Amino acid sequence: MPGKLKVKIVAGRHLPVMDRASDLTDAFVEVKFGNTTFKTDVYLKSLNPQWNSEWFKFEVDDEDLQDEPLQITVLDHDTYSANDAIGKVYIDIDPLLYSEAATVISGWFPIYDTIHGIRGEINVVVKVDLFNDLNRFRQSSCGVKFFCTTSIPKCYRAVIIHGFVEELVVNEDPEYQWIDRIRTPRASNEARQRLISLMSGELQRKIGLKVLEMRGNAVVGYLQCFDLEGESGLVVRAIGTACTLDKLSSPAAFLPACNSPSKDMKEIPFNEDPNPNTHSSGPSTPLKNQTYSFSPSKSYSRQSSSSDTDLSLTPKTGMGSGSAGKEGGPFKALLRQQTQSALEQREFPFFTLTAFPPGFLVHVGGVVSARSVKLLDRIHNPDEPETRDAWWAEIRQEIKSHAKALGCHAVVGYSESTSICEEVCILSASGTAAVLNPRFLQDGTVEGCLEQRLEENLPIGCGFCHIPYDELNMPFPAHLTYCYNCRKQKVPDVLFTTIDLPTDAAVIGKGCLIQARLCRLKKKAQAEANATAISNLLPFMEYEVHTQLMNKLKLKGMNALFGLRIQITVGENMLMGLASATGVYLAALPTPGGIQIAGKTPNDGSYEQHISHMQKKINDTIAKNKELYEINPPEISEEIIGSPIPEPRQRSRLLRSQSESSDEVTELDLSHGKKDAFVLEIDDTDAMEDVHSLLTDVPPPSGFYSCNTEIMPGINNWTSEIQMFTSVRVIRLSSLNLTNQALNKNFNDLCENLLKSLYFKLRSMIPCCLCHVNFTVSLPEDELIQVTVTAVAITFDKNQALQTTKTHVEKSLQRASTDNEELLQFPLELCSDSLPSHPFPPAKAVTVEKASPMGEGNFRNRSAPPCANSTVGVVKMTPLSFIPGAKITKYLGIINMFFIRETTSLREEGGVSGFLHAFIAEVFAMVRAHVAALGGNAVVSYIMKQCVFMENPNKNQAQCLINVSGDAVVFVRESDLEVVPTQQPTANCQPLCTEGEVTT
Amino acid sequence: MTSELDIFVGNTTLIDEDGLWVGGTVSDAVALRVRSGILEQTGATAAVLQSDTMDHYRTFHMLERLLHAPPKLLHQLIFQIPPSRQALLIERYYAFDEAFVREVLGKKLSKGTKKDLDDISPKTGITLKSCRRQFDNFKRVFKVVEEMRGSLVDNIQQHFLLSDRLARDYAAIVFFANNRFETGKKKLQYLSFGDFAFCAELMIQNWTLGAVGEAPTDPDSQMDDMDMDLDKEFLQDLKELKVLVADKDLLDLHKSLVCTALRGKLGVFSEMEANFKNLSRGLVNVAAKLTHNKDVRDLFVDLVEKFVEPCRSDHWPLNDVRLFLNQYSASVHSLDGFRHQALWDRYMGTLRGCLLRLYHD
Repeated sequence: MPGKLKVKIVAGRHLPVMDRASDLTDAFVEVKFGNTTFKTDVYLKSLNPQWNSEWFKFEVDDEDLQDEPLQITVLDHDTYSANDAIGKVYIDIDPLLYSEAATVISGWFPIYDTIHGIRGEINVVVKVDLFNDLNRFRQSSCGVKFFCTTSIPKCYRAVIIHGFVEELVVNEDPEYQWIDRIRTPRASNEARQRLISLMSGELQRKIGLKVLEMRGNAVVGYLQCFDLEGESGLVVRAIGTACTLDKLSSPAAFLPACNSPSKDMKEIPFNEDPNPNTHSSGPSTPLKNQTYSFSPSKSYSRQSSSSDTDLSLTPKTGMGSGSAGKEGGPFKALLRQQTQSALEQREFPFFTLTAFPPGFLVHVGGVVSARSVKLLDRIHNPDEPETRDAWWAEIRQEIKSHAKALGCHAVVGYSESTSICEEVCILSASGTAAVLNPRFLQDGTVEGCLEQRLEENLPIGCGFCHIPYDELNMPFPAHLTYCYNCRKQKVPDVLFTTIDLPTDAAVIGKGCLIQARLCRLKKKAQAEANATAISNLLPFMEYEVHTQLMNKLKLKGMNALFGLRIQITVGENMLMGLASATGVYLAALPTPGGIQIAGKTPNDGSYEQHISHMQKKINDTIAKNKELYEINPPEISEEIIGSPIPEPRQRSRLLRSQSESSDEVTELDLSHGKKDAFVLEIDDTDAMEDVHSLLTDVPPPSGFYSCNTEIMPGINNWTSEIQMFTSVRVIRLSSLNLTNQALNKNFNDLCENLLKSLYFKLRSMIPCCLCHVNFTVSLPEDELIQVTVTAVAITFDKNQALQTTKTHVEKSLQRASTDNEELLQFPLELCSDSLPSHPFPPAKAVTVEKASPMGEGNFRNRSAPPCANSTVGVVKMTPLSFIPGAKITKYLGIINMFFIRETTSLREEGGVSGFLHAFIAEVFAMVRAHVAALGGNAVVSYIMKQCVFMENPNKNQAQCLINVSGDAVVFVRESDLEVVPTQQPTANCQPLCTEGEVTT
Repeated sequence: MTSELDIFVGNTTLIDEDGLWVGGTVSDAVALRVRSGILEQTGATAAVLQSDTMDHYRTFHMLERLLHAPPKLLHQLIFQIPPSRQALLIERYYAFDEAFVREVLGKKLSKGTKKDLDDISPKTGITLKSCRRQFDNFKRVFKVVEEMRGSLVDNIQQHFLLSDRLARDYAAIVFFANNRFETGKKKLQYLSFGDFAFCAELMIQNWTLGAVGEAPTDPDSQMDDMDMDLDKEFLQDLKELKVLVADKDLLDLHKSLVCTALRGKLGVFSEMEANFKNLSRGLVNVAAKLTHNKDVRDLFVDLVEKFVEPCRSDHWPLNDVRLFLNQYSASVHSLDGFRHQALWDRYMGTLRGCLLRLYHD
């Protein structure tokens, strides 16, 4: 009995009128946790009841604390008939279970009913007393922190990044149980909401256990998804990256965290780690760590001296040089070895992170993806969800082997998704093959110092572009040149990745959102036949999506894609493909060639003319885009580079495959064989259409930029105004002329119009950038296409935006100053040196300014938003991991909410648009209320993972399911930090000071 | 390809500054916006504009319920709206058209009047939807503050969070509706809402119970609302002023005092001298009649008939009217036989202000 949950019901307000006669309500509240229920008194005749209840106490296992939500039901007392439910509030008490997060949940929560929506608010206070549990075999994982953020959270430092954790749980969907026929829609919805809440609690607990097993204390990049498989059940699955994090502002937590691993190391070696090499790679590297100005702390040195396996690895240094003779080769090989050894014991060396601590990412190979078409059948034994596990294991295995083929041992920016239509399910996984620096992967603190040094020898801003694979033994026909930045290593001509642009990457100009959109009709079919048809279509779709991306990238005059996400959606009679990415011009990569059009019938004069006209248009567009995105790379004469660039050819960094239910794996070569890739052959009307569609993408109006990554290359002076939004559109296709072409056009128009609408709506924010633009496509019915977009618009300072040209040195310094992480590792002088030239989100640099004596006033004062006497505190929401112009001081816990809304009076609620508009507004409100109750003022890394909308206008009915998640945080405005220096800055100084004491 | 569903929801609710959603249909609003040249300015298409306008209308539809009790807008959790925008929303929602308010000013805010809106709409060129909103706003404010004690303006401000200016206008509307002053007669058509609102404010300040600052001793027996109803006792007392015109000596003395003082200062002196008795009789009789509800309602008609029109027909300049009224009120203090000086000041002080405001073309 290791926990006591205490709940107090304070008051209600704005309750609905439940008694028509008196226009009032006799409200009381039921508080339920697990199987225990408490009730408040009935507060007679009031719409603003003051219950002021006693503390209701639940004595529960911490396992239950993690799984169960607290359920609060507000009812109207009725003497003669059954009490009427007004609505419910589900409170996830998980944030109260770890010490660093929230200590109390207290505030006004919207009372939600699945049929009526929000009906008033209730004020609740929740506390948890946890007792220490010494049971080793416990089933709970209290204390493991969860973050949706796909980078190391801002006020933490990664000690070790352990790696991939995954889990899934399955259950029957209450909506499809026999009992659903006799119960009300409300009861059914509530059963579903409760079940999913329970399942996600259980899932989180199980993942937590895995993290504890790995000796981690946190999960970063936690992504949880629901698969509504209909008859066959409900799957809740999650992936994440296990880490050991240190809080930067609490020195107390810092020291034990350092000490304990080293102690553990001696006593209990990692179970899954029989290889002793792993924690001794540091000393084996040829460079000495004395050169590094950071003196290792006591704990570090103790650890390294205790490690007696140092010498065992030394010979391997020699071996490394064999594989590549070029400069930097030995290092690369060595790194690969180390990483290999660090990663090999892992079943899946995957990381859900998209942004990394400096030096973590060594090389990037390219995008790896795998898809598989499966037929769903009933999950017979929910406790042993073996089939689903096996499916995913299979896909992950494939991803792993793709990464290997690219000479990489790890996959970063990894994500998984599904698309379900009736009994067919497409499972997809994708990520970026990469070579990682091992220092973060094990007890890397010793090596940390060393690798840091090593890394500084590497050219800054281009290292990750250098190919990780063997030049002589390339996995696909690729065209390599010497890096345009350092001229030492080979780079590919185009780079596709699923990660964010590394902060130290050298970029020329600005980036832009690039989308490939594609539809394919498919015959309606059943079961096996359907699955086969889909499997057969997939390779063609992937190929075309890829070609489109490549062409659009060329058209923009850019050479790399970041944040690439390809979504394939399956419907009854069609497949949709939507790829989004942020195109940039990497300085290290060669200038992309243009696009050439070639006609098939050479002797037709007018045709020739038409072709040349098109060619001119394309050339003009490229030139215009280069100007628009300020892409003006320095001219480099061919001789300097050494190897002349031969005929441009298109190559693919995209290794993909799919397998259908029969496990047949098809490999597809996306490199177009020997065909010249920049040449578009116009041999039929289809091809003509393609070229046209290339040119129809209009650039955003002036003052607008867009990207789907966290940050926009080339813009670095955000101001504090942000607006997160969700926009949903559903179009009905006329069933008459359903050809692939018409479909493509419809889909293209849908997306383009949606973007245009966004630009118009947000025009008051100009100059601004739409960041983290996230499109989701679904096919709710035969002729319906639904597109959901969530993004955040951030304003920036136009004047300062003009100074875009930065030297690499500046960039690296800027990186040093922006990342809190480095504060601990760099000596202070460096921090202060970097100060004058930190143009990037000054938010993150606050600590530096505070800590260093040279914190001179290059601080931009932001005008605080007018916050007059509004009674409701503002809660910001953003899909990004940071808030411009502010510093995140505390993470309060994960927000993971699932809502169902149903109506039987669709017309009265303003039709489908009115219904969904109100529902999404309500979801936002409930997220904000929960964050505010935790004591937070923002949600970062917010994501709407699902928005399943079903309508039946004939019956005047509609239903919608929404699943959202994010991290609740407390942020402090930069300007406030200035004014009130007592609060956070002092706390931030401490780790620096304390560490200083340890080192001396 | 038809759009089945098309929505945009921001974490911060977007409120359109033009506030076109308060009246008219979506297509009216779209047409208005097109005419404003927004398409050219932004390069947007008509479809984009349509979609945006629909969003605003939907948002407004959801907000309207809250706007009926603006403090709710501040406390609700569903829409995150910056305070400045909240204020804008409320201000726009409670804004009214001059043309409309002139039609219903002083009328009982009842179902009967609401039926007239069908006629008012085409007459004023204001959409029926907008007419209804404005009418319902008047009525809602009236209902809420009707039973309340204390300053009318303060009450309105507190319960509807209106700006000072707008709260004063509403106070006037409520005051007029409560006292049912006739404002629709043809000879009153030249007066603007502002003229009436000005008078209402003066009357509220001086002629109501609240004006005297008398706290009712027994709250149950005191059914009159402090700021909304005219002080009955005061109206009753006004009868005493009759002596000023009934007593011939007093009237002559009054006239000679005024004439002596104004001789040479007035451009229309002879007209004034000739008309003095008529004018004085008019003003005093208006006061004496105010005991009857019917005559209270006709206050403005009487003032225009008995004072404004005679002066205007003699082409008195405004400044002469001012000099005359000042002297006319002040001279009474020198009438030894007249004992109701305080009463006279309370009456004339307000009336002078009103008349000066009402005196224009």
